[in-house]
This record gives sequence, structure tokens and C-alpha cells, in this order.
Amino acid sequence: MDDLHELYQEVILEHHKRPRNFRALPQSTHRAAGHNPLCGDEVEVYLTVRDGRIAEVTFQGQGCAISRASASLMTEALTGKRIDEARKVFAGVKDALTGNAPEAGMDEIGELAALQGVRRFPARIKCATLPWHAFEAAVAGTKRVSTEA
Amino acid sequence: MLLDRAQEIAPEVLAEVRGAFPILGQKIGDHPLVYLDNSATTQKPDAVIDAVTRYYREDNANIHRGVHALSQRATSAYEDARAVVARFIGAPGPEQIVFTRGTTEAINLVAWSFARPRLKKGDVILLTEMEHHANIVPWQLVAEATGARVVPAPVTDSGEVDLEAFRSLLEHEPVALAAFVYISNSLGTVNPVETMLAAARAAGVPTLVDAAQAVSQRPIDVVALDCDFLAFSGHKLFGPTGIGVLYGKRKHLEAMPPYQGGGDMIANVSFAGTTFKGPPERFEAGTPNIAGVVGLGAAVEWFAEQPRERLWAHEDALVRRATEGLSEIDGVRIVGTAKDKASVVSFLLAEAHPHDIGTFLDAEGIAIRAGHHCCQPLMTRYGIPGTARASFSIYNTMEEADRFVKAVARVARFFS
Repeated sequence: MDDLHELYQEVILEHHKRPRNFRALPQSTHRAAGHNPLCGDEVEVYLTVRDGRIAEVTFQGQGCAISRASASLMTEALTGKRIDEARKVFAGVKDALTGNAPEAGMDEIGELAALQGVRRFPARIKCATLPWHAFEAAVAGTKRVSTEA
Repeated sequence: MLLDRAQEIAPEVLAEVRGAFPILGQKIGDHPLVYLDNSATTQKPDAVIDAVTRYYREDNANIHRGVHALSQRATSAYEDARAVVARFIGAPGPEQIVFTRGTTEAINLVAWSFARPRLKKGDVILLTEMEHHANIVPWQLVAEATGARVVPAPVTDSGEVDLEAFRSLLEHEPVALAAFVYISNSLGTVNPVETMLAAARAAGVPTLVDAAQAVSQRPIDVVALDCDFLAFSGHKLFGPTGIGVLYGKRKHLEAMPPYQGGGDMIANVSFAGTTFKGPPERFEAGTPNIAGVVGLGAAVEWFAEQPRERLWAHEDALVRRATEGLSEIDGVRIVGTAKDKASVVSFLLAEAHPHDIGTFLDAEGIAIRAGHHCCQPLMTRYGIPGTARASFSIYNTMEEADRFVKAVARVARFFS
């Protein structure tokens, strides 16, 4: 049960039940849909980028507790970041999820460290990375990204 | 068809059946394994494991044309298994049993060797909305190649095929072939295949029955069903993976061109032209999965000796117990409530996603499946991304059904 409690720790459950920035952003400058055909999860990520900085990030869609919490945490972590900084945060999250020591240390990713519990559940890593891939796609100008393509 | 539930199975009979499956005795972490993913694949009894091991230890050789003792033994084992399978499903002759890699390959074989040469632009391949991708995608591929159309008969909210719509499509559309599932892997619905087959026959439409789930859940008699083709996999019938069966009517198999070319399926090869063997060899190019066939034969022989009617009644009781237990949990919605169901309980929890349920149950040693179960069009029909699915088999126990329900209740509390 310890691994399970690490996976579904308070921060994750809290963000799952009360996701932050959970809405569409009609005036967004970038948006992309992330799709996991294996579980049917769909997440749409919206960004407003001004002068190379992310002024606002929101998301919508349906998914499991892990993907929803990850999306919610992501919107908080990326708001106010420059695009290159945001990409670095994603790299840190990826490392945390796959068990590699995060380059910049856990401090750098703050509350996102709560996602670390996923590393013991290989089947669930894609749940956690889905919204981040949608973010990357949005920045790259791709409309849709799938975990299986 | 409802099975006779009056005959309760004796605990010692059930214990003996369960005891035949060595994998079930293990623990996952601190918890005894509760295996409820039987629609994905069933476990294998010692009889199958031993037959495959014995084949490799004692008889392994390539089949057909071998003059040596091992090849003759391997050939006998291979062809004996074909006869065993033929008897098991009531096929008039063993030559009507084509060994394939599984249900999927069997359906592809029919799609390319039977359907493709007959299909014309505008023809309809009639399916149902509850088909597994294995009974959708092969037809889409031949439809693309021929200009035919794939049309699914709708299913009702409870998960039954809308028979009136099915009949109407047969009547009003230029249907060239009807292919449908006997028992749904995602909902557990047992389709009235006798009725559906009769309707197709009346319309002069050839049929394929996907019996992947049904072969372990119902007696199969292809002559009584009078279907043109029937497909199933060994691994859902307590046999090995990578081996399956296509049954076909003689007149079709004899007229169909090969599916793949290669060794063992030819009568004579020259660069001027090649002639092919008759069925079933014509459809079994290359060295086949001999060990798989031996294992499948052992699985069929083992299963045929079990008190199947009583085991199915026991399985029905497990499904009822789990369904009733789940229904008492706040926020549970059962997906698929057909009158005639087998093995499967698909469900949703208001507060927890199927994958979260699956991860929680796994931590307690309970194996279920979460997702679309290779039935995306059906999930779309119900407006859901997927379900959590527990699927029972003959070796599961009431205690396991109860442990499953209690674990789901804990998940519901955790996320509420």
C-alpha cells in the first residue's frame, strides 16, 4: 500500500478533485489536444504566450486522477515561465517520473515532485505525461498529439 | 439461453478445477492473486503446460514429409489435435479446421480469401456496434480495397444487438457478408446468434461468428449454428497464445484462394506456375505453431472432460454476485445489462477513472482490465472513454468475487 499512497498522495488527490485552471481559454495563442487511445483520455491544453512568456495556461478534458492532477499542477508550474524555462520544467518532470535524478534537483520542480510516485507504476507514466506532451505540441504548433503515435 | 442454475457445483469439484491451474496459487505482494482478466486471456492448466513441455522434450520436429520417427510423431500430434478441435465444435471433418495465429488472423483470412474476391463497390459488410477491433478493422481494409462499405447494426442502451435494425439492414442493404460476435468481450452480452444466423441465411448472406469469448462459455456446434465461418483463439480456451482456429464450410474453403504463400501449402511449385493443396493445408503456409497446436489440443481435451454446464452455472453465479455487490456501492454504474450475459462485469465509478480503479485493485493482488477493451466504437456509442472490467472464469471463487467487490468499495471511498 505504500507505493499506492505515494502515487495517490494528498497533493495529487487534491488537484484531481479541485483542478486548477480547468477551463477553455477562448483567446489562447496556442492550443493542442493530447490523446491516449489506450485509455481514451483526452486533454486539451490552452496557452496564452506574450513576449515569449506564458501568461496563462488552462486545460480541459477527461482523464484519470494522475493525468488530471498532472495537468493541474502543470498549469500552476508553467504560468509566468518563458517557453525555454517551461521546457526545462517538463524535462525535470520526465526525469522524476522515470526515476532519473532530476538535473536541477527536486526544489526546482516544487509541488510537481508529488508526481514522483508514478515511477513505481510504469503503466501509468503516460497518464502523467499526457498533458505535458499536449503543452509541447501546442508550443510547437501541432494541433494533436497521441501517446501511441 | 439460460443455463440450469439448479445444479450447484460441489466445492471439491471446484477445488480440483482450480488446482489444475498452477499460476493461481501465487501471491502478488502480500495478497493472494485474484485473476479477473479472463476475457483478455485465460490461465493454463497443467495438462496444457505439460503437453507443450512434453512435445518439446520428446517429439519436436517439423511436420509433414518427414521420414523419421520424430517428424511422424510431431505430424500425428498436429493432425490429432485438428481432429480433437473438429469434434469439439461439431465440425463434420478435420479438414474444415484451419490453424491460424488466433481469432484475428482467422478473420483476416476470411476477409482476404473469401470476401475480397466477391465484394463489389457498394456492397455492405454487416457488423454490430459491439464488435472487437479484430472484427472491424479487417473488414475496413477489404472495404477500402473493393469499394464496399462497413455498416454496424446498432446496440441498445442495455448492450443488446437491435435485432429489428439488424434484420432491416439485411433486408434493405446490399449485404454481402455478416460478421458478428457471439459473446461480447467488453459487455458480456450473449448475442442470439441462432436468430441472427437464421436472418442472414434467409437473406442469402454468408456469415462469420467471432467465438473468441464464446468458445469457453457455451457449447459450440457449427452444424447446428449453420454459420459459414467461425473463429476463435486457443489462449482464451485455456490453451497457448499464438494459436487459433478458423472453421469454414467445405464449399467455401475449397473455393477460396490461398491467404499466404509458402511451404507446406503447395501441391507443386515451378517457375511456370504453382498449384496448391486443398484445405486446410492451403491456408497454413510455412512451418506452423506445432507446439501451440499440441497445447490447444490438450486444452480442448482437458476442457471437454470438465463438468462444463455446472462450471458455467458457477460462473454465472460469480457474475451475479459481483454485479449485485457492485450495485450496492454508491456511484457504480454497470455498463452492459443484457438479459443474457456471460463472464463479464464492466463498470464505472463516478469518482474514479477506470485506470485508477485498476491500479488500486492491482495493489491488492486483483487483476482486472481498464480501458476500451479493443471496442472503441462501442465506447463511443455509450459516450464513455472506457470501463473497468472484471471477467470471471470457471476457476474463480465466491471469495474472490467478494474480495473484488470490497476492494472496489474501498476505491470508491478513497476517491469520494
